[in-house]
Amino acid sequence: MSNKYTDKGAGVSRRSLLKGAAGLAGAAAGVTSVTGFPAVWAAEEKVLRYLGTAVNQSDDITKKVKAETGITIQNIVATTDDVTKRVATQPNSFDILDTEYFSLKKLVPSGNILAMDAKKIKEFDNITPIFTKGQLPNGKVIGDQGTAPKKVMFLEGQHSTKFSKTPTEWVTLIPTVYNADTLGIRPDLIKRPISSWAELLNPEFKGKAAILDIPSIGIMDAAMVVEAIGKYKYPDKGNMTKAEIDMTIAVLTEAKKSGQFRAFWKDFNESVNLMASGETVIQSMWSPAVTAVRTKGIACTFQPLKEGYRSWASGFCMSKGVTSKQSEWAYEFVNWFLSGYAGAYLNRQGYYSAVLSTAKANMEPYEWAYWMEGKPAEKDIKAPDGSLLEKAGAARDGGSYDDRMGNVACWNAVMDENDYMVRKWNEFIAA
Amino acid sequence: MAEARAPLESPGLPGWIQATPFALVFLLFFVLPLCFVITVSFWDYNDYEMIPAFTSRSYVESFEGCLTQLPDLCTMLKTYVSTAKFCAIVWILTLFIGFTVAYFLAFYVRSATTQMVLFLVCTIPFWTSNVIRMISWIPLLGRNGLVNQVLMSLHIVNAPVEWLLYSQFSVALAFVHLFTFFMVAPIFNSMMRIDRRLIEAAYDSGASTWQMLTNIIIPLSKPGIAIGSIFVVTIVMGDFITFSEMGGGQIASAGKVIATRLSALQFPPAAASAVILLVATMVIITVLNRIVDIRREL
Repeated sequence: MSNKYTDKGAGVSRRSLLKGAAGLAGAAAGVTSVTGFPAVWAAEEKVLRYLGTAVNQSDDITKKVKAETGITIQNIVATTDDVTKRVATQPNSFDILDTEYFSLKKLVPSGNILAMDAKKIKEFDNITPIFTKGQLPNGKVIGDQGTAPKKVMFLEGQHSTKFSKTPTEWVTLIPTVYNADTLGIRPDLIKRPISSWAELLNPEFKGKAAILDIPSIGIMDAAMVVEAIGKYKYPDKGNMTKAEIDMTIAVLTEAKKSGQFRAFWKDFNESVNLMASGETVIQSMWSPAVTAVRTKGIACTFQPLKEGYRSWASGFCMSKGVTSKQSEWAYEFVNWFLSGYAGAYLNRQGYYSAVLSTAKANMEPYEWAYWMEGKPAEKDIKAPDGSLLEKAGAARDGGSYDDRMGNVACWNAVMDENDYMVRKWNEFIAA
Repeated sequence: MAEARAPLESPGLPGWIQATPFALVFLLFFVLPLCFVITVSFWDYNDYEMIPAFTSRSYVESFEGCLTQLPDLCTMLKTYVSTAKFCAIVWILTLFIGFTVAYFLAFYVRSATTQMVLFLVCTIPFWTSNVIRMISWIPLLGRNGLVNQVLMSLHIVNAPVEWLLYSQFSVALAFVHLFTFFMVAPIFNSMMRIDRRLIEAAYDSGASTWQMLTNIIIPLSKPGIAIGSIFVVTIVMGDFITFSEMGGGQIASAGKVIATRLSALQFPPAAASAVILLVATMVIITVLNRIVDIRREL
């Protein structure tokens, strides 16, 4: 039963899972198709086992990598929690890892991952300064509460387990993708403007609100509400004290008891179904889930809010078990990933790519204007698979890259008091 | 005479050999992992690893506040009260429905062929995954679901009924739907073993249907009822996904506590919760065994 559950995966759309599976099948087909000239390939076959959360693991990318570098990517798709579990318990079951920055507080001390050498990454200097300095390319400093990437980006040495406050050569994760999350709403059912996180716990939406059942993220969304209603100002929402955790959980518990929540969702599809069926009208959501609701022809807005966004980011590192050959291929793959095709692919899904310049070169100007500059679409906007996302004239929720990433308030995090928080979360569920 | 009794006293080599495969499987896939779980539950841990040093931290923290918060219930007790409540509701409903179905099959259907066909019909829902059977309720029971649409169009209610889905009702409904068959099968089996001459004798002596039911059928179906009860109770106690999917994640269960801990990479407290769950379930089964001595009845 647990298998069936994890197969659905948190944060994994069914489509991307299918794509992942197809990618595996494709990889397998790729292996069998080279039997015609075995001598050359058998010696040089480049295979990387790629453990990740499916955001970056699409069939298109797998095929393109194979065509351009000869590397066969074997996708291993899991939820963020399961990726972390796997790194901690089976570090030899993958070669390259793609995971979120907030997991690093758990992964780096385990010693099971290998930092990457910035000198071997061609585009390293062009990686957006959000990661290296915590600011936009235009210099605007953004929110750094929680596990902001700049705090955990660098290690003191390749085999060090200590994060360095200043940039070094050793990078924990080479960034791949990131985004700014907010609340999803049903404008057709709410029928009035929504501009604050406070609305999540507004009794007007009693029985029609939802939050994530992932403690570390759920509590941060609750913290955004607590600040929005003016109840308390956290020194760091991503690293609460025990007293702050108690207070935040108390706010959530009160809301739960009064019947505010319709459900707590745990995976991508649940969040789409809740919203599409009208069970909820306002809830924590992920950007592609909003798109999924909209492609069903149902109005759904990824609502920008005045208190700002909760952001997340993920990136690549290697398993400590890689051979020198595998490490070479891993660098080749990461360099390919930052070279533009993958970045453009991610941008077209509403995520953001780490190296903006190469992605821009791989996108049509009208696409760049819509996704990154927040301008109304000149032509119909299509998803990477060719399906229609937005008709000409529409503009992206939240506007441009600078408007969205510039208003980040906090980052997904693992708190120092994580253990206490998880216990309190169970108490909240039992309340 | 001594020769005749010997096989009973000592099974001899063939007996041991026959028992070996199952004993090995049991040892390897049940006893050994259970030992690991119990061991881990006494280990310490931090954010990223388990520390093999003896500590009762996981248990102490699991029962945090259970004495100090009285008369308010602590998280552990609240969770178990909630789980036990569902166990009781689901047990009563599946027992009633399961017994009725089995009774009909065993005593009202005359031909053995029809009996077998109808019994197999009962298993049809098991041809698909229980997650799918559960999730199929969601479009029916939702705020804009089929049931609400019918109720509204018949003007029975003016606003959608909210408690149909993501509620205690929907969790209990899904459990009953999923697990009634686990009651039907053993009870039906017990009923088929009842000597029909007993019923004829009772009938000839002028017993009413109710008297036959309470004096003959229920007492002789006890082993089936006990086995079915053990199935249902253990499944509901350990369930996580039905609570999660049908309860909208808002209903506490022992299984969910374990899942939340596992997700956070906190294996020792998850193991401790699993051990606590095991003990709780074993207590319930021991009580059931006290009421019906299954081994004697079989």
